[in-house]
Amino acid sequence: MPMLNIAIMIPFIAAAIIPFLYKKLSIHIGWIAFSVSMALFAYLLSFIPAVSYGETFLHTISWIPSYGIHFTAYLDGLSLILGLLITGVGSLVIFYSVFYLSSKESLGRFYTYLMLFMGAMLGVVMSDNMMVLYVFWELTSISSFLLIAFWYQRKGSRDGAKKSMLITVTGGIAMLIGFIMIYVMAGTWSIREVISIAGSFTEHNLFIPAMLLLLLGAFTKSAQFPFHIWLPDAMEAPTPVSAYLHSATMVKAGIYLVARFTPVYGGEGIWFWAVTGVGLFTLFWGAFHAVRQIDLKALLAYSTVSQLGMIMSMFGIGSAALYFDYSKESVIYTQATFAALFHLINHSTFKGLLFMVVGIVDHEVGTRDIRRLGGLITLMPVTFSIAMIGSFSMAGIPPFNGFLSKEMFFTAALTIGDAGFFSLDAWGALIPILAWVASIFTFVYSAIIVFKTFLGPYQEEKLERPAKEPPAGMLIAPGILAVLVVGIFFFPNVLGEYLINPAMSGVYPTLATTADIGVHVSRWHGFNMELWMTVGIIVLGTVLYLTKKYWSIVYTLFPAKWSFNTLYRFMLDQMEGRSTIVTNFYMNGYLRNYLVYIYSFFILAIGGTLIYTGAYKFEISGNAPITSFEWILVFVMICAVVSILFAKSRLTAIVLNSILGYGVAAFFVLFRAPDLALTQTVVETVTTVLFLVAYYFLPEWRKEDAPRKSRNINFIISILVGVVFTVVALAVQNGNLFDSISSYFENSYELAGGKNIVNSILGDFRAFDTMLEVIVLLIAGIGVFTFIKLKAKKEDESIEDQ
Amino acid sequence: MEIIILILAGVLFATAIYNLLQKQLLRIIIGTVLLSHGAHLFILTMGKLKTGMAPVLTEGITDYTDPLPQALILTSIVISFGITALLLVLAYRTTQENKTDNMEELRGNPNE
Repeated sequence: MPMLNIAIMIPFIAAAIIPFLYKKLSIHIGWIAFSVSMALFAYLLSFIPAVSYGETFLHTISWIPSYGIHFTAYLDGLSLILGLLITGVGSLVIFYSVFYLSSKESLGRFYTYLMLFMGAMLGVVMSDNMMVLYVFWELTSISSFLLIAFWYQRKGSRDGAKKSMLITVTGGIAMLIGFIMIYVMAGTWSIREVISIAGSFTEHNLFIPAMLLLLLGAFTKSAQFPFHIWLPDAMEAPTPVSAYLHSATMVKAGIYLVARFTPVYGGEGIWFWAVTGVGLFTLFWGAFHAVRQIDLKALLAYSTVSQLGMIMSMFGIGSAALYFDYSKESVIYTQATFAALFHLINHSTFKGLLFMVVGIVDHEVGTRDIRRLGGLITLMPVTFSIAMIGSFSMAGIPPFNGFLSKEMFFTAALTIGDAGFFSLDAWGALIPILAWVASIFTFVYSAIIVFKTFLGPYQEEKLERPAKEPPAGMLIAPGILAVLVVGIFFFPNVLGEYLINPAMSGVYPTLATTADIGVHVSRWHGFNMELWMTVGIIVLGTVLYLTKKYWSIVYTLFPAKWSFNTLYRFMLDQMEGRSTIVTNFYMNGYLRNYLVYIYSFFILAIGGTLIYTGAYKFEISGNAPITSFEWILVFVMICAVVSILFAKSRLTAIVLNSILGYGVAAFFVLFRAPDLALTQTVVETVTTVLFLVAYYFLPEWRKEDAPRKSRNINFIISILVGVVFTVVALAVQNGNLFDSISSYFENSYELAGGKNIVNSILGDFRAFDTMLEVIVLLIAGIGVFTFIKLKAKKEDESIEDQ
Repeated sequence: MEIIILILAGVLFATAIYNLLQKQLLRIIIGTVLLSHGAHLFILTMGKLKTGMAPVLTEGITDYTDPLPQALILTSIVISFGITALLLVLAYRTTQENKTDNMEELRGNPNE
């Protein structure tokens, strides 16, 4: 039984059932979602013993076997960590949301989307097939879009959802192209197989483009600079959604992708610099901008951006290990990956907690604006304790888990700063400095969250409701996370041994076989450079926090409109405006213009091909001789056709037109086509009659009144079309490659019993054409009849005009 | 022979296109008629001109002109006749309803 595949599908099944249960059930629908999520969490927990011994699990269901696309569920340490986060934090968030969302909301919709997201996210982290991974990846984008716009009545929600959709889907498509390139290079969709032959296609032309496209997908999803702009706007979503999607899970998808593809690309200089550089800059940028936010959720959004940048940069540093084969050096860099995975877990715990706390504050007092908050410590002591644990962990202060991962991050940054490869000697020293400065800002905004909200004066007149502790149910989920935050600090090795070390072998499949890369787990204490850096952070951070009102003038140096949001909006406006201008320019509704485009294309394409291929040569030696009578007929026809252009009245034009028709009939006689001549004569006569009838009803023939310029264009285009046509015809008519098949039809008497070959063809050999031609005539007849007989009622028209 | 017929067809094409690029509906319809004349002459010429007798089986004659293009043209004549008739009635109705036969003015209404 492919249990893993079923586990991925269970949330989707739940999503399908929830809307039906929602109407029937009397209990809160969230409990159903909670039990599904808890069951999955328990199921994934049962894998920990096996996975910690290095076992992996693989189950395949064929989906599109002819293209090698299989729904393959693969579980190793890395997938397990993400899977446990998704289901674990998911359960807590659902538990929290049961108390957070009022029962007046359309809860069926909410939990359907949430289950959809959970299933998609599990699919992303457990898929081995790149195509299937992409499918789940886009499903997370879509379900996130739906969740952000959950309160679709608000404009902000819709805008935020649109923005996140545009950015993440753009990145997703780039990633798809990257996957396809990898498939072209490696010949398989399976990530495991790609990793097993990693290194064999580094010389391929697509190697670097595939890497960059992959990173684009990862960076947009994980809100890295400069694609971080969607994350603060996604805060319009309900707070449980922000806690779950935009801190603990979805934004980790890009990080997961980077970790997953590290065995393929790690050791490449471009990969190292792209991941580390973008990550570090995002870390700094997010921390710097978080400090200026006044909305708690926006502050947390920027802090998420910043922390994601930190994790990303650690994976970048960790990838340097693959630059070496196994040696002492590589082990040092693998520590960075350990730190990244460790912080990945820690961040999910404390950031989920903080979002829930902000949700509680918002829920209880009706605002998230730090200028209106303050002094809640005595009124909400439990909430305050939880918030303090989360914030201090984020700031990297002992005794919370953030401290450990921050120390490890500094170790990694210091090590890489001293490294001598990837031209690190020039810029490497910047890495620890940037990391340190960003951490100071992290300390400052973490302090803002706790102190501005809970200390200071209590301003009841600015709050919508007087502050009080929330119902116990709302405190359970953040409480559990707070326990985890502290627990991980005291027992980091439990997590390290059972979860992170197995995941390391997923990131370093080659190193894991030759060395024990998990040994350094317990080495987290001691007086060293990292500790002094932390002390520096606390001291400088406190100073900066206390003097914030003096230096926050820095933020006004650059006007608020100089942001990436402005750039994004400007680009959208420009794209829309420009494309409207372009479309209106050529789609102007004048038939003449469209014909000009069509004929110009004809001239350029056909004429160009003629000149390019040199096919314009022709000879006339095999032609039939011309008699004087034919000369005269041709001359008359040319005169007639040219005179039509200069006709003064429509009667002249119609008569000239019929001269042409009869002239063609005369040619049919000359060229021994009696049936054609007969038909042409009859048809021309009827056509002329029709023209004369129309003449009676149509307005007077007008002189051509187009401006000179467009007349010239018309003239040139018509001459060119005529010339191109003649040249093509002349070039073609001497190039007989095969004999005609018409000798077959000369057996018409034996085969069809008719002596007139043309009629035999029409009625016997190719009668199908004739039948359809009759239908054409029938339809034309019906059309003519309808046009003349049926008229829309005046009343209907006037309705349509309004 | 072929060359002058093809030049004639080319002239028919050029004038047809010129007419199609005009504003007045009647001119455009005449353009389509000229275009089909040109096309018919072209098809006929492609089957070689004057290589034998009319394609009606007669005792003692073995050399006939190519009957296949003639069959094709016959089909085409009928179809283009149907189209021309329909176009003329369409032009009539358009003029009746919109009080103009000028293509520049026939641009639908902005609410469409």
